[in-house]
Amino acid sequence: MKPLFVASALLAATAATTATAETPELVVFTYDSFVSEWGPGPAVEEAFEATCGCDLKFVGAGDGAALLARIKLEGGRSEADIVLGLDTNLTAAAKETGLFAPIAVDANYALPIAWADDSFAPYDWGYFAFVHNADAAAPANFRALGDSDAKIVIQDPRSSTPGLGLLMWVKAAYGDEAPAIWEGLSDNIVTVTKGWSEAYGLFLEGEADMVLSYTTSPAYHLIAEEDGSKAAALFDEGHYMQVEVAGKLAASDQPELADQFLQFMVSDAFQSIIPTTNWMFPAVMPEGGLPEGFAETLSADKSLLLPAGDAAALRDEALDEWLSALSQ
Amino acid sequence: MAERAQPIGRARPASLHPVAPWPGTCAALGVALLVLGTLAAVAMRAEGGGSGFGPAEVSALRFTLIQASLSAVFSVGLAIPVARALARRRFAGRRVLITILGAPFILPVIVAILGLLAVFGRSGWISDALGVFGIAPLRIYGLHGVVMAHVFFNLPLATRLILQGWQEIPAERFRLAAQLNAGPRAMWRLLEAPMLRRILPGVMAVIFAICLSSFAVALTLGGGPKATTLELAIYQAFHFDFDLGRAAVLSTVQLGLTVVAAVLALRVPVGEGFGAGLDRAVVRWDATGRSATALDVVWIGFATLFLMLPLLAVLVAGAPGLLSLPAPVWSAAWVSVQVAALSTVLLLLVALPLSASIALGRRQLGEIAGILGLAASPLVIGTGLFVLIYPVANPAHVALPVTALVNMVMALPFALRILVPRMQQVMQQNARLALALDMRGPAFWRRVIWPRCRAQIGFAAGLTAALSLGDLGVVALFADPETATLPLQVYRLMGAYRMETAQAAALLLFILSMGAFWLLDRGGKFHAEA
Repeated sequence: MKPLFVASALLAATAATTATAETPELVVFTYDSFVSEWGPGPAVEEAFEATCGCDLKFVGAGDGAALLARIKLEGGRSEADIVLGLDTNLTAAAKETGLFAPIAVDANYALPIAWADDSFAPYDWGYFAFVHNADAAAPANFRALGDSDAKIVIQDPRSSTPGLGLLMWVKAAYGDEAPAIWEGLSDNIVTVTKGWSEAYGLFLEGEADMVLSYTTSPAYHLIAEEDGSKAAALFDEGHYMQVEVAGKLAASDQPELADQFLQFMVSDAFQSIIPTTNWMFPAVMPEGGLPEGFAETLSADKSLLLPAGDAAALRDEALDEWLSALSQ
Repeated sequence: MAERAQPIGRARPASLHPVAPWPGTCAALGVALLVLGTLAAVAMRAEGGGSGFGPAEVSALRFTLIQASLSAVFSVGLAIPVARALARRRFAGRRVLITILGAPFILPVIVAILGLLAVFGRSGWISDALGVFGIAPLRIYGLHGVVMAHVFFNLPLATRLILQGWQEIPAERFRLAAQLNAGPRAMWRLLEAPMLRRILPGVMAVIFAICLSSFAVALTLGGGPKATTLELAIYQAFHFDFDLGRAAVLSTVQLGLTVVAAVLALRVPVGEGFGAGLDRAVVRWDATGRSATALDVVWIGFATLFLMLPLLAVLVAGAPGLLSLPAPVWSAAWVSVQVAALSTVLLLLVALPLSASIALGRRQLGEIAGILGLAASPLVIGTGLFVLIYPVANPAHVALPVTALVNMVMALPFALRILVPRMQQVMQQNARLALALDMRGPAFWRRVIWPRCRAQIGFAAGLTAALSLGDLGVVALFADPETATLPLQVYRLMGAYRMETAQAAALLLFILSMGAFWLLDRGGKFHAEA
């Protein structure tokens, strides 16, 4: 068994090096669910390789935060050309590393907010929301949720991107009143999980009435499973947005190819893959529009998003408020 | 260190051992180097900072200690009567039951949590049944939920290890005791209690160490940030703050606690053991009474229900999708089988010489090196290896061998618990004769150790293969899309909303783990026991 293994590892290594010698290779670091068979990765790879005359290689690393940690660990020596999958809670820290190069991507974004960032371009976005069973009544805002006896399951902001998104949501909507909101929610929270999958699994098992997810989650059940039993509760204080972005590393050995990929990222070929693989809104509306049954976008005043710099500055304070409200 | 009277076998000069202790010493050093070296790599990569121990870390430390101690006490406390019942009874399906009872230990965490909650959760089977009578649903979330989940994971291991202790009492001892008309109580005092005193400290230390590094289970069942463990704090240091210095400090504390637990366990005198027997079947004349039988039936029934119901839930959830699993799941399964096979080979290469050298008296070093693997945060080992490998090789190219290596280190403490007691017996009983016959080295391994330790080697190998199959390990840090293991694929499916397929893939994982365990465990069995 063992010699076989070493041999195959060596074989893989040599195969990889010979490939680089022949066609240019573009390495894209992204989060794990993007590269999985069920994510956008395989279709994106096929579409880009059809036009670029290159080899597009995705490397998956946990989630957005793990991705940033990995880039920091690898520093300037990283083999990555593109990092795809950070969100606006992470871009300030990412920029601080000095590892990212300025980019110029030309696109007509379909975001409810104006996008201006010289290091990162968005490829999709969504709204955080509590998902519930459609036949049950849902509260209309955080205060009503806190007053109700609905049971919710959320993710830990220390280990999960949606968990951190919820902190920012409450902070963006309520500012200094955030601790009182958390106090009100504390008896509704059944439990807090490490990541999105655990929380969503618990919700599907019936452990909670609602789970923190995205407004686009019910669309998966409707479109992929023909199951209309899930709904996202719309809150009148608005919904916090997650905008997922990609950037180019300054140390890239394929800077032109990287620019080409970023431009491809906002093209129809890439954007039309996003809705039913990543289950998020495409950053640029594809020609065919959104698939039938997909979630609707909200107006600009209901779309909450803290600027990247503020989000980074508020993060530790928001975490402390959350910890002290829920640790009593 | 104070001079103590040593059995003659231990006092011999090293050159007079039938097998050399140095390969075991090397293996121990290798493991310690891996665990401590990766920790050092993380610490050295830290850029300044390393903010120390704040109130948040202190409360994480407190919660970690409380839950790990309670989990160890309850797991072992419940395992004693279950193991005793299994040791005293012979019934159809007993072997199958013992094997299947071990299953929770090898389930991927997320699957086990879902299985547990399907039974004990707010809308689980029991709560539903209570609802029929108008009783409020169970409240599982809290410290008691954390302890219950840890007992679910560790009761099987504790039971197997303690059961093994029972089986190491020679049948002749029971026979002699029975001839002297010893009842259950005398049997307990003369044979069982001394055996337990020898075995329990080690078992407790292992389970304490496992629970020390719990994270997802503790958080989910604990019901919120009150249930923050050290491992979560380490994860936060990496993930949220990217403060490698703090991660290294927290990880050092975690290792320190485990070493303290291991040293305390080792201070307990081992006693003299029970001497040799002729490996005949045990007959328990003392346990034929009606109340003893009833007691055993109750305990076996309790363990079966407690451990089997959540597994049944996993089975029920996964069965419908099992036959229509997509191709990537099958290829991931093949990858996982290769990783498990490599892990198992590595384990035998390390654990056999190490257990032999422990049996020859190199106890401290070996046991501590062995238990380090449990206390090491997988995240720290993974990140440390990444830091070390990155400058010389593409981490993705070595993802599978590295995963196999880390899985081996994680399984080593269990393998040692299984191998060492038997190895000690074998050395005590055979070393002098072998030396008199000038039988050393390979010949001693082949003719003396192998036939006598086959059962334990099979058990250890099976456990390692199963653990390695089920463990997410460090592959998530290293993997590229093509080298996903089955546990990683289960998480990916869940992350892509495909809960039913994920549950079917988890069931496949469970079947493979149990299959590997069964194959190796049974392959090693030679005597009628177990």
